[in-house]
Order: sequence, then C-alpha cells, then structure tokens
Amino acid sequence: MTPRQRRMVLVAGIVVGVGIAGALALQAFRQNVMFYFDPTQVESGQVKPGQRFRLGGMVVKGSVQRTPGSLDVRFAVTDFRHSVPVQYSNVLPDLFKEGAGVVAHGRLNAAGVFVADEVLAKHDEKYMPPEVARSLKQAGATPPPPAGAQ
Amino acid sequence: MFIELGHFSLILAMALAAAQAFFGLVGAARNNERWMSVVPTAVAGQFVFVALAVAGLIHAFVQNDFSVTYVAENSNSALPLFYRVAALWGAHEGSLVLWITILSLWTVAFAFSAARLPRTFAARALGVLGIVSFGFMLFTLTTSNPFLRLIPAAADGRDLNPLLQDFALAVHPPILYTGYVGFSVSFAVACAAMLEGRRDQLWARWMRPWTVMAWAFLSCGIALGSWWAYYELGWGGYWFWDPVENASFMPWLVGTALIHSLAVTDKRGLFKSWSLLLAVAAFSLSLLGTFLVRSGVLVSVHSFAADPSRGIFILAFLIIMIGGALALYAWRAPSLGSEAGFEFVSREAFLLFNNILLVVAAAVVFGGTLAPLISDTLGLGTLSVGKPYFNPSFLVPVLPLLALLGVGIHVRWRRGGFVEPPRRLLVVAGIALVLGVALAVGVYARHGVLTSVGAVIGCFIILSSLLDPLDRLLRRTSLPPAIVGMTLAHVGVGMFVLGVTFVESATIERDVALTSGQTAVLGAYGFRYEGGQSIDGPNYDGFRGRVIVTRGGREIATLSPEKRRYYVQGSVMTEAAIQPGWNRDLFAALGEDVGAGAWSLRLQYRPLIRFIWFGALVMAIGGVVAMRDRRFRLAAEGATEVPGAVADGKAGANP
Repeated sequence: MTPRQRRMVLVAGIVVGVGIAGALALQAFRQNVMFYFDPTQVESGQVKPGQRFRLGGMVVKGSVQRTPGSLDVRFAVTDFRHSVPVQYSNVLPDLFKEGAGVVAHGRLNAAGVFVADEVLAKHDEKYMPPEVARSLKQAGATPPPPAGAQ
Repeated sequence: MFIELGHFSLILAMALAAAQAFFGLVGAARNNERWMSVVPTAVAGQFVFVALAVAGLIHAFVQNDFSVTYVAENSNSALPLFYRVAALWGAHEGSLVLWITILSLWTVAFAFSAARLPRTFAARALGVLGIVSFGFMLFTLTTSNPFLRLIPAAADGRDLNPLLQDFALAVHPPILYTGYVGFSVSFAVACAAMLEGRRDQLWARWMRPWTVMAWAFLSCGIALGSWWAYYELGWGGYWFWDPVENASFMPWLVGTALIHSLAVTDKRGLFKSWSLLLAVAAFSLSLLGTFLVRSGVLVSVHSFAADPSRGIFILAFLIIMIGGALALYAWRAPSLGSEAGFEFVSREAFLLFNNILLVVAAAVVFGGTLAPLISDTLGLGTLSVGKPYFNPSFLVPVLPLLALLGVGIHVRWRRGGFVEPPRRLLVVAGIALVLGVALAVGVYARHGVLTSVGAVIGCFIILSSLLDPLDRLLRRTSLPPAIVGMTLAHVGVGMFVLGVTFVESATIERDVALTSGQTAVLGAYGFRYEGGQSIDGPNYDGFRGRVIVTRGGREIATLSPEKRRYYVQGSVMTEAAIQPGWNRDLFAALGEDVGAGAWSLRLQYRPLIRFIWFGALVMAIGGVVAMRDRRFRLAAEGATEVPGAVADGKAGANP
C-alpha cells in the first residue's frame, strides 16, 4: 500500500469506529432515557403501561404510612390537582419530608400504585426540583415557603 | 471597614486585569517594548489586590461579621474556625472569588517562567489570561458580589451547609479549581501561538508542563470529590454521573487527550492544529462546567440556587471566549500545518487512537449531560439521563482505549515497530490473562465476561507499563523523570481499572430494617445491629448506632454510623460509618427509626474501592514527576535556538 492508501484506510477505520460508538451511544440513550411526569399527567394516562419514569411533586401531608419494623413505606405525591400513591421499600433520603418536594423513579403497577426503586429529595432545603416547581405552578398552587426560611 | 477595603481591592484588581489584557495584546501587536513591560507589573499588582480582597473576606468570616450578607448566609458563630475559613468558598459568590484567586496564582507563576520566553509571546499569553481574569471579576462584582453589607446586621449567621462541614470538601474546591483554572494557561499559550503565527512547535513544549500540572490537580480534585460523595452523601456510591461531576470530567478527558497530543506535537511536530484545538476545548469545557454549575440550568445535587442573570452573563462570556478562540483558530490554524508522515503501527498512530477515543468518550459524556437541557429547551419533554446510558456508552470508546494503552507504549516513534521483541509483550499479555481471570473467577467468583475483561486489562496495563522501567533498572541505563512519571500515571490507570471493575461487579449492598441484636448477612460478612444512643455535637445533636461486623464468627470491625440534626438550618444529615481496608470497605449508614424498635440501615461490602482513588492519586503523582523532566526546564532556553530544530526521532519511550 502507498502511504496515501494507508492514510485512507486509517481515516476510514476511524470514521467507522466513531460511527459505531455513536450508534451504540444513541441506542443506549433511547433505551434508558427517563421522562418526567407529574400526577396530573399520570392521571390522564400519558404514561405507557410498564414504562419507567420519574414522578415528581409534593409529599401529601399525613400520607406517609410505615409498616412498623420494616422498610416498607407508602405515601402520596401530589401537584395539588391529582395525587398518585407511591410505595417504596428502601432507605429514604434525609430530606424526605411530608409537605416537601420529591422525585421518585419507578413504574406504575396494575393497581395504579407507583412502585419506586429510587426516591430523591434534594440536598439543599431551599432548592425545589425545577420540574416540580413548574408542575406546581401550572396547577396554580404556590409552593410553600422554603423550610429553612421561617 | 475591612470588607469595604476588600471590595475596593477587587475593583482595583479588575482595572489591573484590564491593563494586563490591553498592554499585553496591543503592546505585542504593535511590538511596543514599553507597553509590554507594563504587563508583569500589572500581573503582580493584580495578585496583591486579589490577596487583599480575599483577606478582607476571610477577616469577616473569622471575626463573625454578620453585617456582611455573604458571611451571615454561610457562617455561624458556633462553626469551628477551620470551617469558618473554608466557608469562604461554601457558596456561589465566594467560590468565584476562589476561582479568581487561583487564576491570579497561575498567572503569577506563568509570568515568572514567561520571563524566559520570547517577549511578544509572553505578553500575548498574559494578555489572554488578563481577559479571562477581567471577565470573572466583572461577573463577580456585577452579579455575585460577596462584599455587600446586610443592614441591619444579623444576630447570628445561617450556618454553612452541613454537607460542606467536612475536611475533604473543604479542600476539594480549591484543588478542583486549581485544575480547572490551570487549563486557562494552556488556553492562553495556544492563543498566543496562534496570534504569533509560529510555524515551529516550541509552544507545545512550553504548554506541556502547565497542562500536566493542571491535569494532575484536576485528577486529585475529581478523586477527592468522588471520595467525599462516597462517605458524606451517605449512600456509598463513588460516581453518580451527576451533571456537576460530568462538568469536571469532560475537561479531564479532553485534558488527557491534550497531554498525549502535545507529546506528539512537541516530539514530532505533528497534530499541531489538533493540539491547539484541544487546548481551546479543554478550557472551554472548564468554562462550560462553570456555566452548568453556576447558572442552575441543570438539576444536580451540587447546584446552587438559580439566578438567570448569572447564567446569561456566563453564557455571553462563554460565547465571546470560545467564539473568539475558534475564530482565531479558523484564521491561523491552516498556516500551522504539519507535513511529516508516520507508519500505521507507530507511536504517533497509537496516540492518534488515544486522542480519538478520549474525545469520543468526552462526547458521550457531553451528550448525556446536555441532552436534558436541550430536550427541555426545545419542548420535547423533561427527561433525565443516568447510569444506564452513561455506563455502557462510556465503555464503548474506553475499553479499546485501555486495551491499546499497554501495547502503544511499546511502539516506536515515526518508523514504527516494537521497541522490544514482541515476544516479551506476548508473555506479559499471557501473564495478565491468567492473573486477571484468576482474580475475577477465582478470588471474587464473578463469572461475567466484563469482569474478566476488566481484570485482564487492568493487570495488563500495570505489568506492561512496568516492563520498560524494570528493563532500564536491570540494564542500569538512565531512568529519566519523564519515563518514571509516565509509568506511574499508567500504573495508576491500571489500579483505577481494577478498582472500578470489582466495585461494579462484586459489591454487595442491602437496605434492611434491624432491631437491636439482629444480623444481616452480606456474603461472608455478618452485620449485627446493637442499638445506639443519642449524641451531642458542637452545633448538632443526633443518634449514633452500633454495628458489629463479623466474619467466620470473628468480630472484625465496629461501625458507628450517625444521624445528625444541625441546629441552625434544622437539616438532617447521615454520617456513614466506614471501615476502610486496602482490599475492601465495610459500610453502614443509618436511615431512620422505622418503629417497633427497628432502624433502617444501608449496609455495603465494596471490594477494592480504594484502588479507584489511589489510582487517581498515583496518576496525578505521575504527572507531577513527569513535569520535573529536564527537557521542560530547558524548554525556555530553547526559544533562542533556531526554531524547528528540536524534532528528534529517537526511539525513546518518552510520553
């Protein structure tokens, strides 16, 4: 091979390699990207059956129920128009609180209960997940004042 | 009083930064000696006034001056002195002051060594640094001023975020920023080289030690952040693909590519425009990182409260800097072209693969980090991208990168072929294969293919890197710092690969609810919960549990995880208890009182997790050692030689 041909082979190899990497990344992206829905969207059936998604809103006051002595916990997440029951059986984050914003990852089961495998509450108390804040705003509810600001 | 002096000092420093930029760039363009001679003075003056500004802020923190808004919001009289000083960079405004301070330090260091560089080149590089500095000072003073007074003064402060009341996190931002900001020197040198239109490749040699230094700091900073997240966020992960982690990881990946590409440019005069582009990209990604963290556009555990005006300022600054540099690149890079060719199996070719794969890896991270932002802006729905995307996509470029590493370091420059007989490399590969599979299947009983692949690659990188230095020791030939440094850095990569492989595949973790006396079993380990007691700290109270870990009936560790409630902000914090070991960590974190006398607990066994951080540390040490090489100290003198006379084609194993 002449140096020129060799260079062309090299360039072709690189283009093919980068192309494969790109295609695989896109594939992984399509399969694993998670959309966000608020309780109103869930209620109106925008979630495909079995689809994994993120559910966000406020934890309804007085809705947290534990099975004493076990990790099982149930609570409801609301955007002040609708609410969705959630069940979870792992350790809850420090900032999880009734009346505070929360984002949960999981799926709806046949009974319409959101089975969460991960629950996130933000590390900064002043901070409200932006999508939760937006949902609440759309629902016409004013978010309560930040917990630390009394 | 002191705070006003600090405020005024920062304004003066900004004026000096403007002078530094103007006299540096315009002075060099006009070749005006007197204008250029102003530049080092401006640099020194700027440093003095920045130091005074920082002193003013530190004074306010140490004296608990709660009439300063920033102090009132981020400190408290009950806070220990060390954290009162560290609280300086505990929030947005102060971390910008930290950024400015570090940039000023880098600028002073560069100005010292630049005294030996050609005059116009030094002036131009310092001028570019002046622009960066000016931009950040303007940003601080107009949108995020920490020197403002609070009237009336607060009786006491709102306290530092409890997450930040920790040693590793107190030192994490300065080290990380030193890395981030250090790429500004590479950027400035690249801009100066393009402005000068230098046809030789000496600028690459001048850029190398600064790039390696910044990269070493960035490696340490990222590792510290990962270690902190591991024990302080309370849930035992070492990497979350969080946007802010990604923001520091992208410049690291591109910086790594730059280090390798500069080696080729310096030695062989190839990849010139590519190196320049990477230098611009590394710094642009640092700026982008700042934009992502500071503007609050991305949801992250690290992000500060959002403020749109800040985001717009940084975005504008980003566009001006990156746009300007890319325009300069488009204008000048074609004239820097490199002609020399190289063989298919040569060091140059392998370093080319290294660069392409690293850049693809950075692109994978970039896409995943920005996708939520783009989708949200275009109204395509709010989505999130996490581990399930990043892990497999990142491995696609990185596995071949790591597999080629151990081979590439034994390949000759230019003509190609292997330095040593290939048979030796085959023997090493054979040993790595046996060792890796034995580790994966024999020691950790993991039958997944990926575990064995990771273990074999990790072993191969370490053994293959040690081959050349061992050979030199046996033959009693010279062992220059460049080779020791490169070997250390690559051994660090190998350790890191082993760490990640086994943490990802052999970790055992369980969330459980235990009453006093109950035991949870994790593999060979038993975790027995023994109840706990309430505790009293200086600015918090809480509960401390007691967990006894047994193995084969023998007690091997007592873990005391805590749950703390900080008085001032009322926030609850998990203090995980970790018993570290060179080959495994035992981890326990308290969840909460779940009733019926039980507490929820998160328990983990993580093999070889220390290899991840030690690997990063060894990489960084390797960088520092390589930087000490004689070539770089002589580099500046080389400036007076005939340009272009340095390209030597010897078959040395220089990085």
